[in-house]
Amino acid sequence: MTTFALPKLVRREKASLPILVAAPFVALLAAALSNLVLYAAIGVDPFAVFYAMLIEPFTSYFSFSEVLLKAGPLLLIAQGLAIGFRAKVFNIGAEGQFVLGAIFASAIPVYYPMASGAWLWPSMLILGTLGGLLWASITAFWRVRLNANEILVSLMLSFVALQLLNYLLLGPWKDPAGFNFPQSVMFPFDALLPTLLPGTRVNISLLIALAVAVAAWFFTQRSFAGYRLEVGGLAPNAARYAGFSQNGAIWISLLIGGAAAGLAGAAEVSGPVGQLQRSISTGYGYAAIIVAYLGGLHPIGIVFSAFLMATLYIGGDNAMVSAGLPIAAVNVFQGSLLLAYLVAITFVRRRLVWPQKATTEMVAQP
Amino acid sequence: MAEPLLSLRGVTKIYGPVHANSGVDLDVEPGAIHAILGENGAGKSTLMKLIYGVDTPDEGDIYWRGERFEVTSPAAARKLGVGMVFQHFSLFETLTVVENVSLLVPGSKRELTSRIKQLGTEFGLEVDPLAYVHALSVGERQRVEIIRCLLADPKLLILDEPTSVLPPQSVELLFDTLRRLAATGVSILFISHKLEEIRSICTHATILRGGKVTGNVTPKDFDAHQLATMMIGRNMPDPAPAKEVEKGPLLLDVAHVSLPSEDPFGVSLEDVSLEVRGGEILGIAGVSGNGQSELAAVISGETMLPRAADGRLSMMGTDVRTMGPAARRGFGFAFVPEDRLGQGAVPQLSLTKNSILTAHSKGMVARGMIRGGRATEFTRTCIADNDVRTPGASAEAGSLSGGNLQKFIIGRELMLEPKLLFLNQPTWGVDIGAATAIRKRLIELRNAGCAILVISEELEELFELSDHMQVLHDGRLSGRFKTSETEPEDIGRAMIGAEEAAQ
Repeated sequence: MTTFALPKLVRREKASLPILVAAPFVALLAAALSNLVLYAAIGVDPFAVFYAMLIEPFTSYFSFSEVLLKAGPLLLIAQGLAIGFRAKVFNIGAEGQFVLGAIFASAIPVYYPMASGAWLWPSMLILGTLGGLLWASITAFWRVRLNANEILVSLMLSFVALQLLNYLLLGPWKDPAGFNFPQSVMFPFDALLPTLLPGTRVNISLLIALAVAVAAWFFTQRSFAGYRLEVGGLAPNAARYAGFSQNGAIWISLLIGGAAAGLAGAAEVSGPVGQLQRSISTGYGYAAIIVAYLGGLHPIGIVFSAFLMATLYIGGDNAMVSAGLPIAAVNVFQGSLLLAYLVAITFVRRRLVWPQKATTEMVAQP
Repeated sequence: MAEPLLSLRGVTKIYGPVHANSGVDLDVEPGAIHAILGENGAGKSTLMKLIYGVDTPDEGDIYWRGERFEVTSPAAARKLGVGMVFQHFSLFETLTVVENVSLLVPGSKRELTSRIKQLGTEFGLEVDPLAYVHALSVGERQRVEIIRCLLADPKLLILDEPTSVLPPQSVELLFDTLRRLAATGVSILFISHKLEEIRSICTHATILRGGKVTGNVTPKDFDAHQLATMMIGRNMPDPAPAKEVEKGPLLLDVAHVSLPSEDPFGVSLEDVSLEVRGGEILGIAGVSGNGQSELAAVISGETMLPRAADGRLSMMGTDVRTMGPAARRGFGFAFVPEDRLGQGAVPQLSLTKNSILTAHSKGMVARGMIRGGRATEFTRTCIADNDVRTPGASAEAGSLSGGNLQKFIIGRELMLEPKLLFLNQPTWGVDIGAATAIRKRLIELRNAGCAILVISEELEELFELSDHMQVLHDGRLSGRFKTSETEPEDIGRAMIGAEEAAQ
């Protein structure tokens, strides 16, 4: 009578630490293998892609420095998002908060293009942080006020942010001497972040990101506020019982995520880009979601996953040039990586039970 | 001796490190009312799951009328003639009785309606087939579940703790039904830990302890104390004597509090009044689902009263209507919630981190950072003082058994040295040994001058513990009964709302 028996997922008595550590590696391997098959199917040499994506970024000082450059914003945004994700507040709109950070930071050089002084880039970073925070606060306000879903609100606000960027660059903030291109004036020297590694584009925002990672570790692992957020995420009823404010958790989660994304946006315009452009929105805000989960929502794990994701960015660019990989393939790889990780992480608290009895059962039935 | 209807030989079931059942032998005779007696975690539910085909045994055989059978699914069990009434009902509240029945039993609605009526008169299971389930009392819902099983014409009916949801009057009706059923030759497996009930109705009893059969007895030949000793394997601890204590100040004062429910299936509280003084235990009796969760949330502060609400709610003399749980704790209030996993404790976090949940004000937080040493020390003390069986303070709360986790939670709340302690279902699902220890602690605390409020479904427990009782029915609270001058029947009448009807 039972014709086909599927294995069942059973909850483990205790979370498995080995699987927790192994999950990202297994996910990377599974995603890599399945994508290599895919590349072979579309007629691209999979080994050339593999070399270009994962080996080539480490073969020269310059390409490695580009990995470090990409890792900075991913690390910053993911640390902020992870704090909210642990509290089950899903800020999916880091991209929009990133754009607002870039816009706010650009306001100073746009309105004072001749400004100079050591105060310039630090105040741009602060203003950018504020911009991301304010943009995220819109989401927090409606979630608390009307219980509007923060996933939808933050995501849709990202598209609003893009249109705001378009408006500014096509209208009031367009560089008058820019041949009608949709971009702002080039920033003065003091508006640019100091370079960290000579001869490369790597700037001190990487140090800021690492400092934020350390701060995130203390916040999530040692602080009472971090503890309250964690309880709220794991067991909302326990948080209510303890008297931890749910609204407070929503505000803190979204504001931290927004501030980190805004800081990353400011560091982008005052770092490698050097002006406000439409192309600053390259999907860091979305990739950082993958980075946060791939790092197990843990500040240390995120440091590693940010570098991995940065490698894949640079490697993907390489593969497009040297192996003729289509541009969408990089996104497909990122997506399959997240999917494989989510599958793998399921087994930290659950295990498969195969129906051993399936065969004996058939025999025994009269 | 007649050939047994159902026999188990050497049945073993292992879940991970736990031997839920090991080498269980069981014989159920036709027409017997057979009790499976055991503490929580003794393996009663596992055994029933094996018989009903929810799970399959790792070792051992099941015989049905002498023939070996593999019961691979509940459908196969029903085909054999096994029916089961679960502790938690599986009825759709928005459908009528007959609609619910027709989901599982074939036949036209008219046919089913007349059969439901017929079974009702035959076995004392009167229920209106066309009534909506949400309008039925718990006792009536249980009747619907039983009728649904009976329509399949079972030879064996399994009832999992059927009386835990019933007021005393309904228990008698249920027993009457079971006796009538047994008289027609149906065997009944009756799972319970309530000894007096088993003595009054069961013809056989199989006692389980730690997954093994420790006795097969005729319950009428033993008294409750002897049965309990067999069940827990040692002598029952004596209850602490309740001293005459000078009544202290009024520490909890609730007057005329009403709160409409936001949930369409929730219960609205209407004009609730109660007071608890130092050195007094007030018990709130009632069948679950009559507003217990709502009342608990109002007292704990998880639900705050609207600013404009009428009525009074004060603790230690301070108006706390608009204060949250943390603020109320600041006045010396402590609360043990009904739900251990997910409310009283976070399952995925260590015991140490669970201590911080409510005891963070005990020096565990300094300048916004957690002082791990203080929290661990607190947790170790709590584990040692309350006989919590666990590998240590770093064990995940979810890995503890229900009774041990409850001991931890109660211990944690007592270490807050409360002036006013509120417990919701303190011994629900806790084994008899631990439950007795908990009650003893509460009475000691009362003798020391603490004000205690207890919500419980177990009448026996309330009679043992409380100085006064009030009954919650349909969101309304009855007047005060003095326990020493009250009979269980008086409480029972209030539990089903008969009191109000008479007035």
